[in-house]
Amino acid sequence: MKKKPEEKAPLSQYLLYLGCTVPVRALQYEISARKVAERLGIQFVDIPEFSCCGYPIKSVNHYAYLLMAARNLALAEKRGLPVCTLCSSCGGSLAEAAHEIEEDEALRKRINEDLSTGLGMQYEGKVPVLHFTRVLQQAAGTKRIAEQVKVDLSSLRFAPHYGCHYTKPSVLFNRADDPENPRSLDELIEATGAQSIPYEDKLACCGGGVLAIDEQIALAMAQRKLEHVRTQQADAMVLICPFCSIMYESNQRKIEKAFGTEYKLPVLFYPQLLGLALGLEPDELGLKMNRVKTTELVKKIQGRSD
Amino acid sequence: MIDSKTLDSNFKFLIASEPGGENIKKCFSCGTCTAGCPVREVTDRYNPRKIIRMALFGMKKEVLSSQFIWLCSSCYTCYERCPQDVRIPELMNAIKNIAAREGYLPPAMKIQLDLLSSFGRLLEITDFENEKRKESNLPPVQGKTEDIKKIFKKIGLSS
Repeated sequence: MKKKPEEKAPLSQYLLYLGCTVPVRALQYEISARKVAERLGIQFVDIPEFSCCGYPIKSVNHYAYLLMAARNLALAEKRGLPVCTLCSSCGGSLAEAAHEIEEDEALRKRINEDLSTGLGMQYEGKVPVLHFTRVLQQAAGTKRIAEQVKVDLSSLRFAPHYGCHYTKPSVLFNRADDPENPRSLDELIEATGAQSIPYEDKLACCGGGVLAIDEQIALAMAQRKLEHVRTQQADAMVLICPFCSIMYESNQRKIEKAFGTEYKLPVLFYPQLLGLALGLEPDELGLKMNRVKTTELVKKIQGRSD
Repeated sequence: MIDSKTLDSNFKFLIASEPGGENIKKCFSCGTCTAGCPVREVTDRYNPRKIIRMALFGMKKEVLSSQFIWLCSSCYTCYERCPQDVRIPELMNAIKNIAAREGYLPPAMKIQLDLLSSFGRLLEITDFENEKRKESNLPPVQGKTEDIKKIFKKIGLSS
């Protein structure tokens, strides 16, 4: 793609796909994502009719999952714009369904029969699905982001949490990241001027996938990572998926109680960190909605910027 | 002890005919999946190599009725590493799809199915949520759609 000149026209337009969790349990993610997108010239278009991506019933009925995903993709196709997700699971699930439907003509026919007779919709099978982090990396670019940073964050140490469905299965994302050694989130953190720190089992899953089935297992999985991050004395964990945030942030108190320890580890969505670096106010980035207080972190940042 | 008379040798073919289960017979039990599994790291109740072995043996009832097939967190670590391209998370989903059809749906999954059917989403959006969104200058989200109920009905999926 040709690089567009710097002008007033938006850098790129995307249909913002919120999914189930973000609009109810991670408003701060949505608020900050919209803010930084605006700053960087990325335009979001909203489709209120988008429903669940279908991921939760993939394990119960694969075809029902595909139909649910296809319904969302059909809504997107009508607008002729790529889909941008905030949730990694929605992103993976929609991308996988799009891939499967595109590859299999018989399946595409069956899906379309059910979409048209049931809902009066159709899906040709040509909708790109991208995670917001990838949009930031590819459409905005770390260099362009770095140029717009206004606040010095160089003394801060952040532990990146990639989660699973943002990079895997890598075949779905043209291996945009090496699944065993992803770099994009590290690079985006470094683009803000802050330090992205290594820690043990950095790529481990948050456990969110089994939360509904067995809470103890899920919490134990999340606890391991909180422990590893603590060892490295990070100022905060930085992540890009609302479900990972439920595990590390919303459930942090519960984990502390269950394991008799204290973390008090702030957990930021990457757009919150980016927003702070771009000079946006904590209130504009929904920071007070974070369950684990970010007061100390913000103090550290604002102390430096003056 | 496994009683060979209770084994169903067709089970692996049933799994292989299910979307995601196609490569089950390629598994040569190397254990790469289990060695890197983050669920296995915290509990010995989940062991993908063992589950696949049991399925290949034909231990249909034991596999379908077990809770362990539902413990895969779908992190895809094993998917990337499996030298035989067994695509274990998809394979687990294939087995779970069969289990659901045979009446072994865990209560938690049944609840999710009900929510999706009723609202089209896992978390209901009421006026309260949209009011909260408005306060944060966020656009409203459609709280409910009948479309998903229609989809489920169309394909005979009852919650």
